[in-house]
Amino acid sequence: MSLLLSYFRPDTSTAAGTLLAPAHWRPVEILFWLLAASLFWLAPSKVLLLNEIAILALFVLSLDLILGYAGIVSLGHGAFFGLGAYVAGLLGKHGFTDPILGLFVAGAAAGLLGFVTSFLLLRGSDLTKLMVTLGVALILRELANKFSNITGGADGLTGVTIGPVLGLFDFDIFGKTAYAYSLTVLFILFYVARRLVNSPYGLLLRAIKGNSLRTGAMGVPTNRRLVQIYTIAAVYAGIAGALLAQTSQFVSLDVLDFHRSADALLILVLGGSGHLWGAVIGSIAFKFMYDYLAAITPQYWQFWLGLVLVLIVLFGRGGILGFVQKARDWLAYRKGSAR
Amino acid sequence: MNAVLETQNLSKAFGGLVATNDVSFKLPAGARHALIGPNGAGKTTLVNLLTGVLQPTSGRILLKGEDITSLPSYQRVKRGLARTFQINQLFAELTPLQHIVLAISEREGAATGWWRPVGSRSDIVDEAEALLRQLTLTDVRDQRTETIAYGKQRLLEIAVALAAKPAVLLLDEPAAGVPETERHQILDVIAALPAEVTLLLIEHDMQLVFRFAKTISVLVNGGLFVEGPAAEIARDERVKKVYLGEEAVNV
Repeated sequence: MSLLLSYFRPDTSTAAGTLLAPAHWRPVEILFWLLAASLFWLAPSKVLLLNEIAILALFVLSLDLILGYAGIVSLGHGAFFGLGAYVAGLLGKHGFTDPILGLFVAGAAAGLLGFVTSFLLLRGSDLTKLMVTLGVALILRELANKFSNITGGADGLTGVTIGPVLGLFDFDIFGKTAYAYSLTVLFILFYVARRLVNSPYGLLLRAIKGNSLRTGAMGVPTNRRLVQIYTIAAVYAGIAGALLAQTSQFVSLDVLDFHRSADALLILVLGGSGHLWGAVIGSIAFKFMYDYLAAITPQYWQFWLGLVLVLIVLFGRGGILGFVQKARDWLAYRKGSAR
Repeated sequence: MNAVLETQNLSKAFGGLVATNDVSFKLPAGARHALIGPNGAGKTTLVNLLTGVLQPTSGRILLKGEDITSLPSYQRVKRGLARTFQINQLFAELTPLQHIVLAISEREGAATGWWRPVGSRSDIVDEAEALLRQLTLTDVRDQRTETIAYGKQRLLEIAVALAAKPAVLLLDEPAAGVPETERHQILDVIAALPAEVTLLLIEHDMQLVFRFAKTISVLVNGGLFVEGPAAEIARDERVKKVYLGEEAVNV
């Protein structure tokens, strides 16, 4: 028991302790995953929505890896999501129905596209990056539209068959398997991303974001690192897209729509970038806001979303998690001065 | 003389403007050399050529006998040429400890480790702590760098470069902008640098130059005007004329 407690209270009196502290899991993080898993039993009527949230969170998480950590701005991250969705869908349509295999192939395809296009981002300003990423996504969407004999074009890709997960769990119409499957994949990839961002490699990414002139002067091959993380993030996004295709057994051109890339950026700002958790919390907040606001004012829900976004950018830099952090700092300050 | 850093007929032209004009010099191991010159003499361009920010129009740069002229900046660092910047180039949101741990990790090839957390290699953490102590940065070890005093940031700038264990350290106006009260810290740290590290000091501040430099090169209009032992340069009437103007020099 005391060993457990000491894990949650890392010793920050030493240099190694302060460095290691962020890698320690906080109780609230563990609580979150337990809660997310328990919703499978507690809220069976909501699992379809929860499945969507899990997929969205994974997609936004992948954007956080490049934007929040490495500082690469993108307006076309949906390209990888869409490619992953189509690859997984096409596999299912053509007899390769194993979902796990589908995830791997979709991730690899998206990663390859990420690797190739990353070289376009190494030169130029943020504006150039925004335009290049946007351009790549637009090209991909038009290709999917044009090659309708493969993709189904505007009618969408139908006849996608997905086998049971691990040969055991069939996808049901209520979405229970879908949620368990997506949540498990999200958790595993979140765990890996969490290891990565707390490792020397993650510190290096933050350093590159902070000042790439200095990382170069430290001997870091900065461009190579940017290519790597962009590729990794593309794999993540591709897997998120594959999850959507597999759990809905349908792919439409919508997966490559501009709004996906824009939403991801918006959600990341809403939740707070550079946290990993910002992507998760942002996705939850976004989906619930959507559900709640769209129910009251179906036509104008984007008005309220826009308003929240403007307020956050103006007053709450750091998004929801930034706000939480500020509130905690303020409480700690009050506690300190009361003493 | 075994030169650790050498340039051969190095030139750089921007269109019609010749910013570096046929510069050849040799630095022996352990040298304490200063590069001085009036504003616009081409000091910054020369630094950028040496560090690989710019490519020369003609000429060569040798580090420990190896031609590094066409190598990118980070490759030069890997081979032992580190630098500090005239304007701090630090990571505002990271702590000094994180800076140094990262620099050492990169040197040791450990900066691509992506599974075990930062701080799990005790040899790297110990070395980082020792370096921070040497540079009197222990008291600000865990503060965000943007919040620490400017003089301390200048020291961190030097510490990051030292973490690469360079053979040649290029100090670009190390005391620039540091308040008078904190200057002595910088001077003490430079004085205590290991003797085997070759120092190339690019400096405006004559007090600093004459305190550390044993040899001096004077750069005028992109070319080497004169070079020699510090005491000779200090007495040189021509140098006083072109560089120091009417200001008297007391050494």
